[in-house]
Amino acid sequence: MNTDVKTQTSTDTFNAAKARLDFPALHQEVHGRPLVYLDNAATTHKPASMIEAVNRFYQRDNSNVHRGVHYLSQKATGQYERARQTVRRFINAADENEIIFVRGATEGVNLIAQTFGRHFVHAGDEILISEMEHHSNIVPWQILCEQTGATLKVIPFMDSGEIDLNTYQSMLNPRVKLVGIVHLSNTLGTINPVAEMVKMAHAQEIPVLIDGAQSVAHLPVDVQAIDADFFVFSGHKVFGPTGIGVVYGKMDRLDQLQPYQGGGDMIHSVTFEKTIYADVPHKFEAGTPNIAGAIGLGAALEYLTSWSLEEIIRYENELLRYATQALKKIEGLTIIGNAQNKAGVISFALEDIHPHDIGTILDMEGVAVRTGHHCTQPIMDHYQIPATTRVSLAFYNNQADIDAMMQALQKAIEVFR
Amino acid sequence: MSEIRELYQELILDHNRNPRNFKPLPDANHHSEGFNPLCGDHYHVYIKTDENGTIQEITFDGKGCAISKASASLMTGFLKGKSVEEAIVAFDSFHDVVTGKIDPETGMAELGKLAVFAGVREFPVRVKCASLAWHTMKAALTETETVISTE
Ligand SMILES: Cc1ncc(COP(=O)(O)O)c(C=O)c1O
Repeated sequence: MNTDVKTQTSTDTFNAAKARLDFPALHQEVHGRPLVYLDNAATTHKPASMIEAVNRFYQRDNSNVHRGVHYLSQKATGQYERARQTVRRFINAADENEIIFVRGATEGVNLIAQTFGRHFVHAGDEILISEMEHHSNIVPWQILCEQTGATLKVIPFMDSGEIDLNTYQSMLNPRVKLVGIVHLSNTLGTINPVAEMVKMAHAQEIPVLIDGAQSVAHLPVDVQAIDADFFVFSGHKVFGPTGIGVVYGKMDRLDQLQPYQGGGDMIHSVTFEKTIYADVPHKFEAGTPNIAGAIGLGAALEYLTSWSLEEIIRYENELLRYATQALKKIEGLTIIGNAQNKAGVISFALEDIHPHDIGTILDMEGVAVRTGHHCTQPIMDHYQIPATTRVSLAFYNNQADIDAMMQALQKAIEVFR
Repeated sequence: MSEIRELYQELILDHNRNPRNFKPLPDANHHSEGFNPLCGDHYHVYIKTDENGTIQEITFDGKGCAISKASASLMTGFLKGKSVEEAIVAFDSFHDVVTGKIDPETGMAELGKLAVFAGVREFPVRVKCASLAWHTMKAALTETETVISTE
């Protein structure tokens, strides 16, 4: 078992101005204004080294994986499998075979629901998720419940945007077959105490899936320290390409599961009488995978770990504080989600001005934010609002971005008041 | 600021702040509910027609952004007194103008005040906001299952 801690290869002192230069798309004008990109929870921009890795693959190394004895195929296979090792190191999984490449966090949850769920969940059982889950960690469980006759139970959160652990404790019982929790909420910015929640579930032998779609780019992730049974994330939210993501599962869990989809690449041998499946993780990767995507993801993670994650987190926290304080000065503005433990996401509502109108006016000023329900309608229902405006940060943002956003917001207020 | 004002014209802001005909209509004989899941805009449109198919009363209520609310408000003012056929024709013209299918210079003449929404065609993601109330109105008039029967 490989248990080395995450190694930061070069650990430069984090320099936001320098990092910003590594992201070509940030340096453009939108509606005649310099782009201010504050929609990082939807997707992050891409470092040049990642773009170059994908480009290089298609320009030079393009070939299918695990199939050819020829030079390029071996090279492609090597790069694809090296990306798996990079992911393993990044989330500190014990074994690279615990890393399954999928399309993204959404497919990851669906994979677990349709493999683990179809096998271990039966009528009368319960699946426990929180009220702050993204739709992608709700709907796959609703589908599973419909298929199996199990019941979906919801752990409520408090108005602060935090889960009450006592309530959570009271909902754990022998009927619960899986707990699904978002690590970092894409709408509230709440960092959930996942390690503690996993421990509580494990005390009753209940496995836990962590939705790490937002956390991988903003928090240190160590799946062994969290002791997650399953952990999913998307490449595009951690500076990698779209269409690639990861399911981590503990080997003894994955080993018990039947394949997700059938096809090439996931078998040892096929006859019409009997097919023998490949081992984990290939058993779950039917068909030609997103090879360039995996290579790009590997390059993105290598880029990210070239900085000190600790310093990035400190920097983002400072920016979060700066933005929060600026927003709080605006009369009639309510911040939705005020957890003690929060990362770079601020949702807010402004009296009399609908988020959609704010979004349009900010856009005209070159400021990209997201408005809407952010695929978390139950959170909107909790606060009885139709939508919020959401500012979400990355390490390449700076105080000037926040100032530009605030100026644009003042314009919106001028128009409407 | 000027581009912002082109979209958010004073008339739109005024109708957003003080929407006209903003109430349910208990004796409506046509009703429909319109929903824009992308942004959570949600309106009801209530219509009372007489035996000749003339719109005697038209009101709306619900929630949404400034564009959708002002559009609903101005629509109700525009359609009151028109026939059902005229309302459907107006729907088509309005739709063509906000989607940029016809030139507002030519298409707007018969739309009167509704010309303020011509600016929306520069904002493809906002076209749905401007046309939500109109779609709801059309559904209320043409789809039988949404008709509320009044004894
Ligand atoms: C918390 C959370 N979970 C899951 C997802 C789904 O990610 P994807 O759409 O990349 O599959 C998102 C993306 O918005 C998210 O923010």
